Amino acid sequence: MSKSNLQRVLETGHFAVTAECGPPKGCDTTELLHYANMMKDVSEAINLTDNPSANVRMSSLGCAILLTQHGMEPVLQMTCRDRNRVALQGDLLTAAAFGVHNVLMLSGDHTSLAEVPGARAVYDLDSVNLLQVGRKMTTEHKLMGDSEFTGDIELFIGAVENPFADPFDFRVIRLAKKVKAGARFIQTQCIYDMQRFREFMKQVVDKGLHEKVFILAGITPLRSFGMAKFMATNVAGITIPEDVLKRIKDAGKENAAAEGLKIANEQIQEMKTIPGVKGIHLMAIGQEKKVPDIIKDAGLLPRPRV
Amino acid sequence: MIVAERKPIEEIVKLIGDCRHIVLAGCGTCVTVCGAGGEREVSVLASQLKMHYRQKGIDVDIREVTPKRQCDSEFVEDIRAHVEGADCILSMACGAGVQMAADRYPALPVYPAVNTEFIGVAEEAGVWAERCQGCGDCILGITGGICPIARCAKNLLNGPCGGSHGGKCEVKTDRPCAWHLIVERLSERGKLDVLEEVLPAKSWWTDRSGGPRKVVREDMKK
Repeated sequence: MSKSNLQRVLETGHFAVTAECGPPKGCDTTELLHYANMMKDVSEAINLTDNPSANVRMSSLGCAILLTQHGMEPVLQMTCRDRNRVALQGDLLTAAAFGVHNVLMLSGDHTSLAEVPGARAVYDLDSVNLLQVGRKMTTEHKLMGDSEFTGDIELFIGAVENPFADPFDFRVIRLAKKVKAGARFIQTQCIYDMQRFREFMKQVVDKGLHEKVFILAGITPLRSFGMAKFMATNVAGITIPEDVLKRIKDAGKENAAAEGLKIANEQIQEMKTIPGVKGIHLMAIGQEKKVPDIIKDAGLLPRPRV
Repeated sequence: MIVAERKPIEEIVKLIGDCRHIVLAGCGTCVTVCGAGGEREVSVLASQLKMHYRQKGIDVDIREVTPKRQCDSEFVEDIRAHVEGADCILSMACGAGVQMAADRYPALPVYPAVNTEFIGVAEEAGVWAERCQGCGDCILGITGGICPIARCAKNLLNGPCGGSHGGKCEVKTDRPCAWHLIVERLSERGKLDVLEEVLPAKSWWTDRSGGPRKVVREDMKK
């Protein structure tokens, strides 16, 4: 039986739920543990972002270890932006040593998008290469360069995909490359354009990829019209269709957040019906305390125990 | 070619400090073509410096010289005739030329008057763009003649990343996404299947990670 709860839930055919929690800007973990505690029973695993938008936070690895020590299951996010292959492999060994069993590998937002730009971008490996390294370490028990290492390593390795980036027809080809390289689950970028997501999933199914990889659809409830506009224009790779923007705007300042939750709920219901979608990944940016209600209202409780 | 841009006059003046006898050395190759440090730019900067100091009531002696290639041990000798009694060399060559001059005339401080930017092309009049990072292991044969190492902000070997939008890069939205261009070009050639294969991790040993690089051609040595 695999050590990853997320993997077990997916492999037994349940509709999975993961939730994102941002590491603190600081060294006080009280809030992180507070939110993670709220999320642990309503999701399979909790994602810890890796210096998102190239802004300094507590490390995702440190937070993942912390959650493990508190009996929770993390998804360790690992970008190629800040660390070279030496550090990344060392971090994977560290993760395994501390009982972290899920790793999400991504390229990472570029350093130039940071609040304080000027950091050197590393990108020694790209996300596809990192997946290959992860697979080699877990299936061949070897590091890059073929040297062996001590101890047991069991990692459920995933990747991200943005169905809204361009060129659209190449996205699924690239997803196939990630699967070929070793991705066993996928968490997507926040989805608002359901039509385009359906088209994307159709291509995924046509290529038979849904049988090779578990796809979790990314959901982020919109909080306000301002946030929606900000995300649509400033966050890399996010598309929000006009009708969604209009619903948030028409709801007015008072009811925008409620409308955002309503839209998210409708999306989750739709996701359950889309062929190839095996779960959701909830990124409740700024609304972490609402995660249990969102999942409850979506009819996704109780979570399976497998 | 190597593309450079001239530093602002304020920065140059600060670098020069108290020097009043200045050898202003251009270069006749790359920086001439990109209009940063050729004979013409040497003459323009000389006039600007003279004007700057004249306004302060200071006389400066500026000796203009533009060797064919300042990075070449043969042509850098052209500067020698001007160094007698000079306080400094102000070089308008790329970083390689500046260092060649500094090595050849070690008694004089050599100051750079340009910032060396990249290896690139002239896209149109007045516009230069980066094309090559000099990684030492060219993959252009695979990527449709478009370099993802130099032209993708994340130098991805298996792009495009999730930040590619409408053919533009997430980092600078006026710059094309290199991977979008690669996909387009190979698609037009009916060769998109090339990109279904994973390009393996690159060894940066031939890039800067192998330390400063050197090419030795025994057959050309004298």
